This record gives sequence, structure tokens and C-alpha cells, in this order.
Amino acid sequence: MSALLELRNIRKSFSTELVLDNLSLEVPEHTATVLIGASGSGKSTLLRCINLLESIDDGEIYLDGQEISDPLVNVDEVRRKLAMVFQSFNLFPHMSVLENIMLAPIKVQGKSKEEARAQGIELLQRFGLSEKFDQYPDRLSGGQQQRVAIIRSLALNPRVLLLDEVTSALDPVLVNEVLSVVRDLKSDGMTMVLATHEMGFATQVADQVCFLQAGNIVERGTPDAVLHNPSHPQTREFLKRLHEAGRL
Amino acid sequence: MSERNNSAWSPSSRELERRKERGRISRRQAIIAAISSVLVLGTLISIAITSPGWAVVRKTFFDVNYGREVLPKVAEGIWINLQLTFIGGACIGVIALALALLRTTKSPALTPFRYLATAYVDIFRGAPLILIILLVGFGVPALGLSGIPSNVIFLGTVAVVLTYSAYVAEVIRSGILSIHPSQRAAARSLGLTSTQTMRYVVLPQAIRRVVPPLLNDFVSLLKDTGLVSILGVTDAVRAAQINASRTFNYTPYVVAAILFLIITIPMTRYTDRAIRQRMSNQNSEGVVL
Repeated sequence: MSALLELRNIRKSFSTELVLDNLSLEVPEHTATVLIGASGSGKSTLLRCINLLESIDDGEIYLDGQEISDPLVNVDEVRRKLAMVFQSFNLFPHMSVLENIMLAPIKVQGKSKEEARAQGIELLQRFGLSEKFDQYPDRLSGGQQQRVAIIRSLALNPRVLLLDEVTSALDPVLVNEVLSVVRDLKSDGMTMVLATHEMGFATQVADQVCFLQAGNIVERGTPDAVLHNPSHPQTREFLKRLHEAGRL
Repeated sequence: MSERNNSAWSPSSRELERRKERGRISRRQAIIAAISSVLVLGTLISIAITSPGWAVVRKTFFDVNYGREVLPKVAEGIWINLQLTFIGGACIGVIALALALLRTTKSPALTPFRYLATAYVDIFRGAPLILIILLVGFGVPALGLSGIPSNVIFLGTVAVVLTYSAYVAEVIRSGILSIHPSQRAAARSLGLTSTQTMRYVVLPQAIRRVVPPLLNDFVSLLKDTGLVSILGVTDAVRAAQINASRTFNYTPYVVAAILFLIITIPMTRYTDRAIRQRMSNQNSEGVVL
């Protein structure tokens, strides 16, 4: 099986700081890849590079066999297939929940208002938010905002969903309602790449776990292998520190 | 969020005591405020009235009968100021928005326009309005070019629009720049083009944010339309000037000032309220429950 998303020898630096160092990764279709690692290890930058929000210094990124790191590709077209959900939700505060969800289907995919609305309502119903459709984001809890942000990305039927620490800004009770959405998507066969600090959750949804350290994947394997039986000393050290902090 | 039943509650005896105390304190504060106001204002007024020059001041500045006589003429003049403000304001809005968008664009095809917009804003924001009015009002007709109207009201409006477009463009641009980059990132990652991102995500939020400073500029615009009187436009200022120089009584100026204040004070009060509301909205924004 060839990979839906493939990264080859990615290198990225911000001025003098090397953030991604010769990193390679394959994401097969219908699988979930979980990125773990300390803050600053390059997880978010990797996701932003995949979504072409940052340009890479070297290497290649392939989506469905097409090189999307080619400067000649239309970034807007590529981003329609790649949806990104952010740690800070980034809902549009001047639009209602439903308008947030309808914007891209109407403006990007050219759907009619009725069609986009029907789809939006259906998605909101599916994730238990239908009564919130006309609320503005600042009237919602953090967990609800993040679920709306995920729905907004799903409305474009993306090939790959990129989730950047989507639960980091939430309290433990709200974390669960967001994670259950991600679990649902996983069982639907959505291809996902997610950066997270929730190790228990990583064990549940991941097909592969990658441990990042200083911009490179130090260890990669099944959740059981990486999280419970790490072979690399740096992975062991990281997990030990998580354990001490009570996060494992 | 929680909607628990509140009807069964009645205040405790301690709370009732506290309310009585609060009532006593605020009554005492009201009495102190009243006494101090009467003392200070009374002193100021009595000093003014009893001073030796008061009779002259009242006759030259506050002649009620003469003020009533010139009121219709000055009021006719302020109608011109209001027209200039609203017609000019509409033009300023359109031009300023275009300038602000040009200054924030990254489109390579628009690069020369970006530089031109920057130069325009630098020049018209930096030069005194009165110079621009003189240059356009007297200079342009002196060119004798055909097709350019020599109507002073029109030329005065053009001069005011030229200058205020630069001011307002900067206000709108600061609003655009104040929108957090994460909003743009979210829009772009949904596949919106940069133009769509500006149109549907950035600009609506930016305009909302700059409404209070724009209202401020609107008040200034109304006052500054008085400057076109130097071109001979018979606005409120000019009408007052004609009458004042005829009689050496300056009451017409005071009448004009009062007419301006009747319009600008409610506007500034409204602006202050809009700013306060905006601030309290911002404080509740982004709270993660």
C-alpha cells in the first residue's frame, strides 16, 4: 500500500534555529499518525509545513502522488484536500457557528447556500451541536468551539485531517468531548496526523506513533511499541518525565 | 450558563444591614458632591459676573438679541457644513478603504499601486489641511484647465476628501493589521484565497474594531469643513464672520460654535459609549470556559 501522504527529508529552520532536520514520514490512507514529543520538538511546525502554511527549506511532500512542495502548485487547491485544526480553535468570531462551517463550502467549493446549510446542519447534528447553530463562538465553551472547528474542516471532505494539539487549551472534562469526535472520525476511516500530549488517547487511536526530538523522528512504531516498550533512550526519558508529571 | 432557581432566595439579615450601610454611604457622598459643586461653580460664576469687564464681554459675545437675528443665516451656513460632511464622508470611506487595501496587499501586480498609496498617505497625512484647501481651492482654478469645475464648494470638498482619506486609510489599515495572524491561517487552511480571506474574514472584523476611531474622525471632519470658509464658501463660519465684521460684535461666532456643539457633543457621547462597549466586549472575548 502506497502512502496517501509522504514526507521525504524535510528540513525547516527559522533564521538560525533548525526546527525540522531531515525528517521523513509516510501516512497510509485511513490511518492515524500521532506525533508526540516535548514542546519545541517540531510537531506543530511539521503540521504547518504539510498544510503549506510554512514553506520548507528542503525535502519533498507528496499528497496522493502529487508533489505539493512544488512552488508551482496551487496552494489553495492543495489545502482543500488538507484540513487543519488549531490548538486555539481560530473560529471566525464575527460569524455564527453555521456560518463558520458554511463559508469554505460556499466560497471554495462553490456549493449553493442551501446545500452548504444542509450539510452544516447534518454535521452539527452528528456531533451533538445542532442546537448551537446560530450562536456566536464566544458564547460556546472551549470544547464546543473546538468541535465546531473540527466540523468546519470536515465540511470540505478533506483527504487528510491535521490536528495540532487540539485539546491543549481545554480543561480535562472538555478534552474528552473533543477526543470522542476524533475517535469517531478514526472509526470512519479518516486519515489523520495529530500532535498531542494525551498519551492514553494516542494509544487508542494511533496506527503509528512518532516520537519527535530536535526536529527528527527518533522512534516510530505501533503505540504499544513506542509508548510501552520504547527502544530509544530519549523516548524512555521523555515518557519517564511525562510519568513523573502525572500525564501518563 | 447555569439556570438554577433563584426565586426561593431572600436576603439574609446581614445582607439587609449591608444594603442599609451602602445606602447611607452613597447618600453622604451625594451630599458632599452637591456642596462642593455649588461652592466651586458659584465662585467661578460670581467672579465672572462681578468682574469689571463682564458688561462688555456680555455685550460683545453673548448679545442675545443680535444672536437671534443672525441665527437663520448661520444655521443656513451650517447646512452647508453638514452637506460637505456627509457627501465628503461617503467619498472618504470609499477612497480610504481602497488605500488601506492597497497598502496591505502583497499581490505583485499591485506593487506600484502599493508604493503610490503609501506616498499618497505620507503626503496628505503630513501636510496641513488648510494648505491643501488653499492649493486646491485657489491653485486649481488658476490652472485654467477645461472640464474642471471652479465651484468653491466642490473644490473645498475635494481638498477635505483628499486629506481625510489619508487619515481614515491609516485607521482602517491599523484595524486590518490588528487581526491576529491565526485568523488568516485558519481561513487559508480552509482553502480560501488571500482575497477571499481579506473579504470574508479579516475586513469584517477589522472594520468592526475601528468603528469608534472612525466616529472620532467623523466629528473632526464636521469641524474641519469650517475651514473651507477661507475659499469664500458661505458656511456657518463664513456667515458668522460676515456678520461679526459688519458690527464688531462677536456674538455670531458664539452662535456658530453653539450650532457646531449641538451636533458634535451628541456624536462624541455616542462615540465614547461605542468605545466602552467595544472594550467590555473585548474583555469577555476569548474566555475558555
